[in-house]
Amino acid sequence: MADPATLKEIGTELRPAPPGHEHGSLTAWIQDLIFTVDHKKLGFLYLGAGWMFFVAGGILALGIRTQIAVPNNHFMDAESFNQAFTMHGTTMIFFFAMLMVFGLANYIVPLQIGARDMAFPRLNAFSFWATFFGGIFLFLSYIFGPGLYGMGAAPDASWFALAPLTSRAFSPGNNIDFWSLGLLVSGVGSITGGVNVMVTIFCYRTRGMTLYRMPLFTWLILVTMFLVVMFMPPLSAAQIMLVLERFFGAKFFEAQAGGSPVLWQHFFWIFGHPEVYILVLPAFGVISEVVPVFSRKPIFGYPMMVAATVMIGFISAGVWAHHMFTIGMDSFSVTFFAFATFVIAIPTGIKIFNWLGTMFGGKIRFEIPMLFAIAFLFQFLIAGLTGIMLGCAPFDWQLNDSYFVIAHFHYVIVGGIVFGVFAGFYYWYPKATGRMLNKRLGLWNFWIFTIGFHLTFDPQHFLGILGMPRRIYTYQEGRGWDFLNMISTIGAFVQAVGAILFIVNMIYSARKGKVAGDDPWDAWTLEWMTSSPPPDYNFEQLPEVRSRRPLWDLKHPEDPDWKFE
Amino acid sequence: MLNHLYTRYSLATRGSGRGWLLVGFTVAAFVGFLSSAPVARAQDSTIRAVQNIFDPLSAPAETLYQVSLLVMVVCAVIFLIVGGLLTYAIIRYRRRGPEDDQEEPPQVYGSAAIELAWTVPPILIVVMLVLVTARTIGEIEHHQMPAAAEEIRVIGHRFWWEIRYPKHDVVTANEIHVPLSSRTNRVPTEMVLESADVIHGFWVPQLNGKTMLVPNYRNTMWVEPYATGIYLGNCTVLCGQQHANMLIRVIVDKPDVYQKWLESQKQAPASDPQTQEGQKQFITNSCGTCHTIQGTRANGTFAPDLTHFASRATLGSGVAPNDEQNLRSWLKDPQILKPGCLMPDMQLSDNQINAILAYLRTLK
Amino acid sequence: MSTELLATAETEWRLPSPRKVGLTLVILTESSLFTIFVVAYLFYLGKSLNGPYPWEVLEFPWLGSFFLFSSSGTVVVAEHRLKKGDKAGFELWWLITALLGLGFLIYTGAEWQHLIYHDGLTLSTNLFGSTFYSLVGLHASHVVVGLLLLTLILVASVTGNIQPRHHEHIEMISWYWHFVDGIWAVVVTVVYIIGMQH
Repeated sequence: MADPATLKEIGTELRPAPPGHEHGSLTAWIQDLIFTVDHKKLGFLYLGAGWMFFVAGGILALGIRTQIAVPNNHFMDAESFNQAFTMHGTTMIFFFAMLMVFGLANYIVPLQIGARDMAFPRLNAFSFWATFFGGIFLFLSYIFGPGLYGMGAAPDASWFALAPLTSRAFSPGNNIDFWSLGLLVSGVGSITGGVNVMVTIFCYRTRGMTLYRMPLFTWLILVTMFLVVMFMPPLSAAQIMLVLERFFGAKFFEAQAGGSPVLWQHFFWIFGHPEVYILVLPAFGVISEVVPVFSRKPIFGYPMMVAATVMIGFISAGVWAHHMFTIGMDSFSVTFFAFATFVIAIPTGIKIFNWLGTMFGGKIRFEIPMLFAIAFLFQFLIAGLTGIMLGCAPFDWQLNDSYFVIAHFHYVIVGGIVFGVFAGFYYWYPKATGRMLNKRLGLWNFWIFTIGFHLTFDPQHFLGILGMPRRIYTYQEGRGWDFLNMISTIGAFVQAVGAILFIVNMIYSARKGKVAGDDPWDAWTLEWMTSSPPPDYNFEQLPEVRSRRPLWDLKHPEDPDWKFE
Repeated sequence: MLNHLYTRYSLATRGSGRGWLLVGFTVAAFVGFLSSAPVARAQDSTIRAVQNIFDPLSAPAETLYQVSLLVMVVCAVIFLIVGGLLTYAIIRYRRRGPEDDQEEPPQVYGSAAIELAWTVPPILIVVMLVLVTARTIGEIEHHQMPAAAEEIRVIGHRFWWEIRYPKHDVVTANEIHVPLSSRTNRVPTEMVLESADVIHGFWVPQLNGKTMLVPNYRNTMWVEPYATGIYLGNCTVLCGQQHANMLIRVIVDKPDVYQKWLESQKQAPASDPQTQEGQKQFITNSCGTCHTIQGTRANGTFAPDLTHFASRATLGSGVAPNDEQNLRSWLKDPQILKPGCLMPDMQLSDNQINAILAYLRTLK
Repeated sequence: MSTELLATAETEWRLPSPRKVGLTLVILTESSLFTIFVVAYLFYLGKSLNGPYPWEVLEFPWLGSFFLFSSSGTVVVAEHRLKKGDKAGFELWWLITALLGLGFLIYTGAEWQHLIYHDGLTLSTNLFGSTFYSLVGLHASHVVVGLLLLTLILVASVTGNIQPRHHEHIEMISWYWHFVDGIWAVVVTVVYIIGMQH
């Protein structure tokens, strides 16, 4: 590790944040947030809003788990339960995970590529507010709208809103309209945000930073945003068709008019499958930053990591019907999609090997980001393997629409993505705030959340194997599901404690955290070259790079990367 | 009770459900043999409530089980190897102390040879999985039915199951009787799946994987059970409020018991003078515009066929046992037992309920 | 010493133009949106349970297509004029482009009026009506947006607000206009040429 004298010379010694960050009056602060076009503040807005929606989605999850902890329960009635799981899924995917992706991308990418802001700052602000408004509109359904039963008119046809359940005939209230209109608006926000990030990456990299010298997080965000731009429109298109059907009598999915409900599923999943890659690739990006830094080695096989990511991006467009194996497709289609699903496992699995290869021969430091990264690796491995099981269509004919699928995708989304988000937060919080997150709270956060995660979702694999289907608000005794559901519910509450500890840590450390300095982790990418937090203009002078690890080159002038790769 | 369930669960996951099957079968056979039912042996009333996909009791379910086992073994091996390497890495290559901070480890950027080496096995595994999967898909989807196969049509409604036996002109609801099959004498039951409204899903794990019932489409699947008993299942695609209570009961009978059941289904129930009043109330209160009872003017097809209602073990497609108390509650207001079901509160007076109840309970 | 450490990279550091990359991505995303409506139209061809059917009521849109496709030509001419510094020429050809676009919209409006009131084909009549109006309507809405952009530039130019640095903005609007024309080529092929067989 470079000695402090050298660090001081090249200007990365500890120094206080530049002026401009003192908080004035509350109204001035709020005005600033509402009108800002700065990528860092918008990043905060995205992330802050995302955590708010996380809490809402989490409360819904606790409600769901409480209802099905025991058989024949009466904690929630059927309609409220259907609303709860619909809102839980929709919120967590579109308004938690997506906001984490856009928030991290907004904050980190310009810093990593040595830019001063996003390509189109005002568009950036529009993207956030459109997305945010879509989420608020969705939740307004609970209090507005003439619902038929239960609380208000929250959407109740599951997060993928299967036709023809969503037609006027079977969903006469406005529940579905809150879903489609809210997501149409936030979809515009996401797509414009995706365009913005891609243009920034292509057109605002600092001198010397070729695409092949970009940090992997930025690479993964680039591919993610490509998927956003290409595959969110199908969802918007399907939702436009649904709105036309429900409000103007159009006939898109109506069986009585000769329409096909299966068409909705094709359109939805053409979006839906790339969507899960949109959510997971940024987590891969975080892991690709954290594992090298805390193993003290560069990522093993950078070119292959990039190639694998791009391959995943393209193949993800061709696997969608593995969500439809039980719809009654012909055997050729079923085989094709099973084949494509297995194929996409190859570049995905290879990434795990590359991360392993990075750790081998290293000197691993078990800081909190690395703990979350290691847990990610174990859990994503399992998630990938249950995905292979589901990709085998005949196996899926038993497991589809059961708790096994729920276990699988929560392993990906919570065990993978949320753990990646935690790793990213513990890693970059010092950069964004100038203070370290508290280590002791972090350890409690990590262990309690991990234990809770496993308690919740490990039993659900077995529930699926024992025949428990999804989306049932109650079940009878004697099906063999009682004990496992109880464990799962206990786990959910443990997870909640872990998550609360995280939020507490974030709030507490903002004032009381140890001062971080520019580069608390001794890392190598450009964001660590500027102060913590960075000034509004990001860098005093836009840096020039000659390799993938510019700070390594600065700290090790005798052994710079550009001599070797 | 928890103990009992835990035992059942652990037995199930160890795959020795077959042990329970053998016991259940023996007990059922013994009871049947000893029963005083006059002509044929009694129906096997073993309720197979715990539906473990790894305890298949039907030919297609067994086919799925075998390929699933292979895939799981492959995944387990991968997990042990990669998980093992990960565990090894975090132990062997951990930072041991401040002495490890003196210098950085060798900065290895990668190795084309290693990356090639770890790409090839996954490709080979994928090739193998694709071949195995394709073969099984073909086996299931291009399955040929023998001539002796039984045929049923299952039509999904919100929130009940209509079953028709086209070969026998029988219509029933919610309880599906199928004949027992055996490996030497195959009597599979082909099922045509349709929907009257939204998408539903049919799933009885021990009999086969699930298939959706899609309006405007005609899907087929089949069952070929090797063990008698009552198999429980569920609707698997969210279809509205009472999706959770759209339960399935498949009753697998020995061939002679099955024939006897078919015969009883074909006959209209005997008219009992004591329940004439109930029958009259049934018609005058418009129950017949939704429900069918053979031999009467009730001929509605919107709701379950009630011709042999009293022979069913549950009402409301499994939401409650079919006894007097539950039936009374249902007639009072179906929304009590099954809120959101499509039968409205018919505003019947207590006298009307009594009469109709007595009538319905004669419909064996 | 720091400047030596930050050794020079390649002397030539060229990055693509943000507006061009941005608009290319917008075109990609819109194409993705249109693809779904095209798929829906093609999938439902021949599946309507009741008429009117495409072969009964559709007429090949010669005039509308002529308007729209030639407007792509006129916008290229306008750009040439702009490059040569001919402000009046630019404004003239730009105006012609906008008028041709407006002509297309009027033609479409007339066609729809005939379909709705004379043939009885509406969005809710059958599968053909739903997929026809949604696809053609989506395209028409994009023409409307294009017209607004064209008008904006025309007004800006006439009031003397266009600077040389705006040339790329104008080029981007012409790219968008070409894209809208390209979509029309697809719509004509799918909706009319293929559709009229059913």
